[in-house]
Amino acid sequence: MQTEMRPSTQRAVAVVTESAAAMFLTLTVAGQLCGVPVLAVRDILAAQAITRVPLAPREVAGSLNLRGRIVTAIDLRRRLGLPPREAGAPPPMSVVVEQSGELYSLLSDSVGEVLALPEEGFAANPPTLDPVWRDVSRGVHKEDERLLIVLDVDRILAIG
Amino acid sequence: MDDLLADFLTETNEGLAALDGALLKLEKAPDDRQTLSEIFRNVHTIKGTCGFLGLSRLEKVAHAAENVLGRYRDGSLKVTPAGITLILSALDCLKGIVSGLEGTGSEPAGDDTALIAALDAAWRGAAPGTPAAAPPAAPPEADPFELPAGEPVAAAPPAPQAAAPEPPPAASAPSASAPPAAPAHASRGSDHEGEAAGASGGGGASGPITPAQTIRVSVDVLEDLMTLVSELVLTRNQLLQLVRARSDAALTVPLQRLSHITSELQEGVMKTRMQPIGNAWQKLPRIVRDLANELGKKIELVMKGADTELDRQVLELIKDPLTHMVRNSGDHGLETPEQRRQSGKPETGRILLNAYHEGGHIIIEIGDDGRGLPAEKIKQKALAQGLATEAEIAGMGEREIQHFIFRAGFSTAAAVTSVSGRGVGMDVVKTNVEKIGGTIELRSVEGRGTTFYIKIPLTLAIVSALIVEAGGERFAIPQIGVVELVRAGGSAEGAQIERIHDTPVMRLRDRLLPLVSLSRLLELPQAADEGRRDAGFVVVTQVGANVFGIIVDKVFDTEEIVVKPVAPILRHVAMFSGNTILGDGSVIMILDPNGIARATGVGADGPSEDAARGPEGLRGHRSTERTALLLFRAGDGTPKAVPLGLVARLEDLPGESIEHSGGKTLVQYRGKLMPLVAMAGGWAPPEPGRRQAVLVFNDRDRAMGLMVDAILDVVEEHLLIEGASEQPGFLGSAVICGKVTDVIDCAWWLHQAGDDWFRGNGQDAVRRRVLLVEDSAFFRHLLVPGLTAAGYDVTAVDTGMQALRLREQGAAFDVIISDIEMPDLDGIGLARAVRESGAWQPLPMIALSGKVEAEQVRRAREAGFNEYVGKSEREALLAALSECLATPAIN
Repeated sequence: MQTEMRPSTQRAVAVVTESAAAMFLTLTVAGQLCGVPVLAVRDILAAQAITRVPLAPREVAGSLNLRGRIVTAIDLRRRLGLPPREAGAPPPMSVVVEQSGELYSLLSDSVGEVLALPEEGFAANPPTLDPVWRDVSRGVHKEDERLLIVLDVDRILAIG
Repeated sequence: MDDLLADFLTETNEGLAALDGALLKLEKAPDDRQTLSEIFRNVHTIKGTCGFLGLSRLEKVAHAAENVLGRYRDGSLKVTPAGITLILSALDCLKGIVSGLEGTGSEPAGDDTALIAALDAAWRGAAPGTPAAAPPAAPPEADPFELPAGEPVAAAPPAPQAAAPEPPPAASAPSASAPPAAPAHASRGSDHEGEAAGASGGGGASGPITPAQTIRVSVDVLEDLMTLVSELVLTRNQLLQLVRARSDAALTVPLQRLSHITSELQEGVMKTRMQPIGNAWQKLPRIVRDLANELGKKIELVMKGADTELDRQVLELIKDPLTHMVRNSGDHGLETPEQRRQSGKPETGRILLNAYHEGGHIIIEIGDDGRGLPAEKIKQKALAQGLATEAEIAGMGEREIQHFIFRAGFSTAAAVTSVSGRGVGMDVVKTNVEKIGGTIELRSVEGRGTTFYIKIPLTLAIVSALIVEAGGERFAIPQIGVVELVRAGGSAEGAQIERIHDTPVMRLRDRLLPLVSLSRLLELPQAADEGRRDAGFVVVTQVGANVFGIIVDKVFDTEEIVVKPVAPILRHVAMFSGNTILGDGSVIMILDPNGIARATGVGADGPSEDAARGPEGLRGHRSTERTALLLFRAGDGTPKAVPLGLVARLEDLPGESIEHSGGKTLVQYRGKLMPLVAMAGGWAPPEPGRRQAVLVFNDRDRAMGLMVDAILDVVEEHLLIEGASEQPGFLGSAVICGKVTDVIDCAWWLHQAGDDWFRGNGQDAVRRRVLLVEDSAFFRHLLVPGLTAAGYDVTAVDTGMQALRLREQGAAFDVIISDIEMPDLDGIGLARAVRESGAWQPLPMIALSGKVEAEQVRRAREAGFNEYVGKSEREALLAALSECLATPAIN
């Protein structure tokens, strides 16, 4: 895995006694901390050459080559209705997930760590959450100093 | 019988090979019941088959061996090494006989009694330790390999065996002197002799029966090979690119060789996967025959393109849907002979299967000339099932309504009986086709038939593609659709990209090529620099019958690419047929010329075009009725069109030759003065030295010229005029080649040339009364003024039914001109009705049709037409009219 794990929080990783199902990979999109189930993640790639796909849905950033397999890159910022990356910002990282035999990459600003999220920390989506977010969020996890949105990979990939 | 024998040999050889291994396994583990029953089953099969084929010698040995094995299996006899040896020697004997069978086609003579006796003794429980006399086997004279040498027929040892890891078949069983424990070993020794002998001669005079030269290979192995070859191709491409960059001469030659071998390997592996589609059709004639008997219908099954090769995986998946659709066509599509007779069709219905390659796809057509899809019933059914509301249905076109049959739930049992079927499982068919990335389309005309078009892309295939760049991105265009590559612009000579009101075109060898800008099509940033806008390359591409050019900025190279399907969320972008990884590791999209053609309206969409040259049984399809149109430009940017049949000649007159006299523009043309009419207002005579494009219309000894700005092209299109024109001189607008085009009213322009234009033909004091039956508004518009001007009193109606209503009302005419293809009652039906009874019985009838084909002409004449004229042949029509009316017999 060509990953650059950058601890985004100073907190020590929770004791890894929980089952893998409760493990999440954290990533940030425009400053928002998000999590995806670690079992859904195939690979994490540093910046890659991405081929644009004309006429594709705007959320699709393009395609990239992962060891001979073609991966469709989804720009999470666009998917979540966020402003584009600022010029000069570091290139996005790819979190590669698999859905029904196809590989997709979720382009994130940065990738954090693998966390075990205790059950009691979860809360339902606030009803006032932006519909786009509500659509893709499986719930909110209350971290000590900030909130983590758990992304539903299938919902994220339901584009168009 | 020979085929049967060959199959038997292949199977038996396989069985014997498996037995060897299994017996050895059994020897090591005498209590392995599974192996034991496998051996027993194998020997039993061999015995059964040779009994069936009347191979008595084989049968006897196999039977004796089976008996022993039976007791082993029951557990009533203990498996001993000596017993195994005995069985093995029986196997060797079997092999010897089988190889003799291969060589001569009949069992070699020989005496197996000793072997059989030993086996029987073992079966009875005697200690099998004394098979000293065991395998005496075939006497030398029966040995096929020792027949006089020099027989050139001697086939090489059959491939399956040669390839098998087991020793080749023994020429004969081990000799009688072999010690009891050694038969297997001895047989191996004689194997080599046999092989050597086999290579040098052998083979009976009757000609050897070689087992089918095939081996069965697991599909997984082929799949793995395919994947490996794909990877190899990609790696080779990478290497090629590296070497190209470094120009290392030492590497060039071996790399070329590698490249060559890779290509051949790739081709070979591809071939292993390809099978003619005819394989999937094999059972169809029988199914159709049974269906015809069962339903009391007469059905003819026509199969074309059976040798079109398909990937076997695709073939397997398409097989069942195809069978289903053919059954459907016969069951629901075709009418009974009685019904067919009534609607004026031949009693025998036709089902046509056609397969062909087109633009990197395979198209399979399944068509019938039956009753077609009943739109009304489908509407009702869709309503009843709640698939759509009444308002929705009202807003739907015929096609959309027909597509209901692909909806899940439309195919319930009730639909089978009430609707004319077709709904049965069509949703399943569609799903299956789409599963392999294909599409299914249908064309149906009520009363005429239905044709389905299945289009299957070559998903798992390596294709050669041209790599191009547009708007800063690279794309691959499959080589198969590329006709040529033209460099445009830049220098003064050579082809230029020209524009007709912003639409790029190119003159290529006197042909006007419609162009599509790739960057514009794909909404990519275009080269801003105006000067460069028209410079670049044009990839001339052919899709079906349509040729068009794709403008790209750069052309790189051709590369072998592995077509990979695009991700599902991108599949709706019709412009791409897949994507791939290039030699340099980057991902690239593969353009789909079909999709581009459709998206830009270059030519109609694929299937309707196929129908144009499609099954004869569907000749009457309205959508396929095409008119040759001359496209030209005059005045504004909108292209203009006129049916080519009306134009006599195209001229390019020198400006100096145009003269003016008495307020008219004239030209001396073929020794006469020809009036010229300017199409566009504010026409100015061309400057001296320039030339003027003129469309010449002819009538008898007169001619007139219509002056236009430029002649663009001649296209074949289905002409559908929308929106009557307010402007005099135009019939309305039509979409031709994807562009709105004004269709000119010829008659009006002819009048502009002089009032006397049409006079002189109808000098008759009495104006003859003509009934024109024509459902196309365009042709009515075209013919009525022309005929009126020619001195006829014309009554025009839309359909045959309307014409017959006129007859009931007592209308009288002198001649009937009728279109052949019409809804409700067509021309043929009308002619029959006219000839059958009524006041119109003696009237001359002229058939009018878009197509003049011998078969149609014959049918028209049989139905009672006197003349047959092509639709846009005005002169021929006028000639036919005057001839018909002049013939006293009819009058």
